[in-house]
Amino acid sequence: MGRYVIRRLLQMIPVFIGATLLIFLMVNVMGDPIAGLCGDRECDPATAARLRREFGLDKPVWQQYATYMGNVFTGDFGTAFNGQPVTELMGTAFPVTIRLTIIAVVFEIVIGITLGVLTGLRRGRPVDTAVLLLTLVVISVPTFVTGLLLQLLLGVKWGWIAPSVSSDARVDELILPGLVLASVSLAYVTRLTRTSIAENRRSDYVRTAIAKGLPRRRVITRHLLRNSLIPVVTFIGTDVGALMGGAIVTERIFNIHGVGYQLYQGILRQNTQTVVGFVTVLVLVFLVANLLVDLLYAVLDPRIRYA
Amino acid sequence: MLLEVRDLHVEFRTRDGIAKAVNGVSYGVDAGRTLAVLGESGSGKSVTAQTVMGILDVPPGRITGGEVLFEGRDLLKLKEEERRTVRGAEMAMIFQDALSSLNPVLTVGDQLAEMFTVHRGMSRRDARARAVELMDRVRIPGARERVKQYPHQFSGGMRQRIMIAMAMALEPKLIIADEPTTALDVTVQAQVMDLLADLQREYDMGLILITHDLGVVADVADEIAVMYAGRIVETAPVHEIYKAPAHPYTRGLLDSIPRLDQKGRELYAIKGLPPSLTAIPPGCAFHPRCPLARDVCRTDEPPLYQVGDTRGSACHFWRECLHD
Repeated sequence: MGRYVIRRLLQMIPVFIGATLLIFLMVNVMGDPIAGLCGDRECDPATAARLRREFGLDKPVWQQYATYMGNVFTGDFGTAFNGQPVTELMGTAFPVTIRLTIIAVVFEIVIGITLGVLTGLRRGRPVDTAVLLLTLVVISVPTFVTGLLLQLLLGVKWGWIAPSVSSDARVDELILPGLVLASVSLAYVTRLTRTSIAENRRSDYVRTAIAKGLPRRRVITRHLLRNSLIPVVTFIGTDVGALMGGAIVTERIFNIHGVGYQLYQGILRQNTQTVVGFVTVLVLVFLVANLLVDLLYAVLDPRIRYA
Repeated sequence: MLLEVRDLHVEFRTRDGIAKAVNGVSYGVDAGRTLAVLGESGSGKSVTAQTVMGILDVPPGRITGGEVLFEGRDLLKLKEEERRTVRGAEMAMIFQDALSSLNPVLTVGDQLAEMFTVHRGMSRRDARARAVELMDRVRIPGARERVKQYPHQFSGGMRQRIMIAMAMALEPKLIIADEPTTALDVTVQAQVMDLLADLQREYDMGLILITHDLGVVADVADEIAVMYAGRIVETAPVHEIYKAPAHPYTRGLLDSIPRLDQKGRELYAIKGLPPSLTAIPPGCAFHPRCPLARDVCRTDEPPLYQVGDTRGSACHFWRECLHD
């Protein structure tokens, strides 16, 4: 197990370098970061040259990358063009997004798994068909449509919630955005759980559990659910990384100043340091989440042993 | 009588129509006795057993008639909650494939201990101690350490011993073993069968042994019931059936066992295939494959004729068969 973790950590290095290099190059071809800096007018050449020198943009790209990565490992993610250190931006953005992600994951677990178990046990009945149709709708409608629609109905028309999240981004304000963010994954979790439950329900060990005279509740929770949740846990674990970075649309709709919002602003203003910095952290989050999922897999299924 | 099944009918709704899996089966077993139920796959032997245990999948399955009397009570009339307390405690079942029948993500200790915590309300600690005892009793070496292991860490024979231990846990009055040795190596088969027979004797349990292996039957069974297309076609004490079968199907089964004294000769096989349960032939279900079949077999379903004092045969021409 220890050796497996070490090997996985070592494998992360090339993935990390590759991913960050790629984003670095992509941001670089996006356009001249200086161009947008002086408002709508073009910068005068002298100022532009000074700024270029200041941010090291006059050096070749590979050198910029090496300097940047060197700094990252000392905890310095550079400065945004407005003079704020990127780490400071992260310090305000990440807690918000983490809160949002946790809410989304809780929705996935509670609603997704509950609906999945319910439909899996009643396959072919009206409940099952209804939920299946509903998940299909949720999956096919883009998040920004669901998000804007709910915002309009609950926030503007009926006034149940504030249509826009305050800068504190309190937990109660994040409930609806969390649900919107979770919606598509939630539908997938429901379907995945449903299939898994329906499949394992006919399995021999569930028949054994029934033959042992265990109460139905125990058969389902201890024997059926435990086995059926293995693929679901894997999905949710991987999804954490995707939710953290993929909240751009949701955060835009509800005006949440989280990671997605900062990334969006960064790209819009061609703010290289911000974009690369945030993506670098997201890459790390993704890699760690994946490793944790694989380790969790071995905990859930004793047949899997890593060497 | 400990268990008596009377005129049981079970059918399944399938895409091709209604499959009549069990069509009027009656059998019984006494405490301390072994009934072997013999038949090809699809003959209804497992479905009958599942109905007795109360683990039939309903739907697609449906019990359309009959009684399952256990110590005089009709189990089919009990409420599910009452039925559940009978399962595992009063009667237990051993399945064919122990690897898939044991839960892969729970330790064998947990799965054994569960019997005591759920049915007897024992503490987890006491239940764990009983699990070790059980593993000792089914002769699993190093039980104290192995109780923490998972099913996949055991060999096939050891796994089946765990299944047996689980069935024995609450010392039930009846055990149903559904092909308990089919998935095992031949050398291990005998050990597992011996173990089962020993435990049965020790606790004076009734045993229903479902099998298609005539070799196993001869050693352990007291009575035999041969099933074909959801019906019992012959019942007899075990030694009598080997001496002289009273049904052409039983005769076919016996003749298709490879024997050392017939080395080099072609092995007998019953011609044709068992019928589809959605389209069981009229009259005697066996008539399309039967060497003795005549016109009456195609139209009249034979009842279970009394053959002597202890036997029964569902063949119009059982006399011919018996004296052939």
